[in-house]
Amino acid sequence: MNLSVRVWRQSGPDDKGRMVTYDVKDISPDASFLEMLDVLNEKLILDGDDPVAFDHDCREGICGMCGMMINGVAHGPERATTTCQLHMRHFADGDVIDVEPWRASAFPVIKDLVVDRSAFDRIIQAGGYITAPTGTAPDAHATPVPKADADAAFEAATCIGCGACVAACPNGSSMLFTAAKVAHLGLLPQGQPERDGRVLDMIDAQDEAGFGGCTNMGECTTVCPKGIPLNLIGRLNTDYRKAARTPH
Amino acid sequence: MALKLLMAVSGLLLVLFLFAHMAGNLKIFLGATSFDHYAHWLRQLGAPLLPDTWYLWIQRTVLTVAVLAHIAAATVLARRARAARPVRYVHRPKVQGSYAARTMRWGGVIILLFVIYHILDLTTGTLNPNSDPQHPYANVVADFAPARWYVTLFYTLSIVAVGFHLRHGLFSAARTLGQQTARGERIARGAALALALVLVVGYLSVPFAVLTGLVS
Repeated sequence: MNLSVRVWRQSGPDDKGRMVTYDVKDISPDASFLEMLDVLNEKLILDGDDPVAFDHDCREGICGMCGMMINGVAHGPERATTTCQLHMRHFADGDVIDVEPWRASAFPVIKDLVVDRSAFDRIIQAGGYITAPTGTAPDAHATPVPKADADAAFEAATCIGCGACVAACPNGSSMLFTAAKVAHLGLLPQGQPERDGRVLDMIDAQDEAGFGGCTNMGECTTVCPKGIPLNLIGRLNTDYRKAARTPH
Repeated sequence: MALKLLMAVSGLLLVLFLFAHMAGNLKIFLGATSFDHYAHWLRQLGAPLLPDTWYLWIQRTVLTVAVLAHIAAATVLARRARAARPVRYVHRPKVQGSYAARTMRWGGVIILLFVIYHILDLTTGTLNPNSDPQHPYANVVADFAPARWYVTLFYTLSIVAVGFHLRHGLFSAARTLGQQTARGERIARGAALALALVLVVGYLSVPFAVLTGLVS
């Protein structure tokens, strides 16, 4: 396959940045999107140019490191697929593909397609954990969890924190991410003692980071590589309302 | 989060009013006497506990506060959303949310302009061709006369805008107030669409009845 790739190039946080067009030749339809960028980078390096910076780690769709806007869609055209698991066979020979970084004031661009997602870390630090004594692992049946709750908590826990929800949201809101984390812990017995404080603190942290408010449009769920369901946001809203009413 | 709760609660209050207002409008099909009697009764509502028109003014105050709160919260949230994405995407296809969801903000502005016109038209009578406070039935008929097709057109567009606004707004309010199951989401979306349709049909039946001569 021969393609034209228009990539956002930005040398650093203070650079203004621009789209630059590159021709990429002889790409296998079985290559992943990131492998296509690898091929482009090899050529750029051989030519003495600066390679395109992008985040990636496991390339198995489970780490949440990769992610870019491909033709204006977070993680590209395939549903429930991370950028590393997107294959070039979903594009046609001769296509022009636009590649941009996530856009959000809370996710400033570091270089090219790499953004700083530490705002998500700050939301997790605000309450996305349980306080438990460390030591040997407790017996698996020490705390019984109903199967339905375990399944629902697991579904929420599949969020890999890639940031696609924020990138796709017309309001730049991180509600789906926060909702997934709050639901994951709130559905399990271990998450109950800190449940109220968690939701209040995590919402405060996301507001402080400069994310927008949710208007329930559902863009986030559409692009989420893990298919985190939109209704978890309703759960987050309820948890928040209950917690805000309870004196702490 | 508090702002969104404010939007949901103030919005629902306004929807309640819309249903009461529609029920009153439909009295036009019972004839001039019935409709005018209803309009005069509104002024005496709350009597003998409250003096004449007091109830009406209390309701107007509550509704005005709700509208202002709704607009203020929406403005703050819209500005926050704008600030959350300072650099726009170069390539951005139309977002996949429904047309109703995408037009909430500008749709709201259209509705506000309509409400101002509507009050000047049929409450104060300033812009009404008949403007006889004793005979609201005649005012309505004069308003939607075929020669004044542009009034009917603007009215229709505004009511459709209300319909779209509520189609997403009612669902969104339910979600903000805690609707949280997938099944409930389907029900909430269906109910929002049904209620919005009932309001649109109810409100549009009046001008079109005048236009077609059913009410004259």
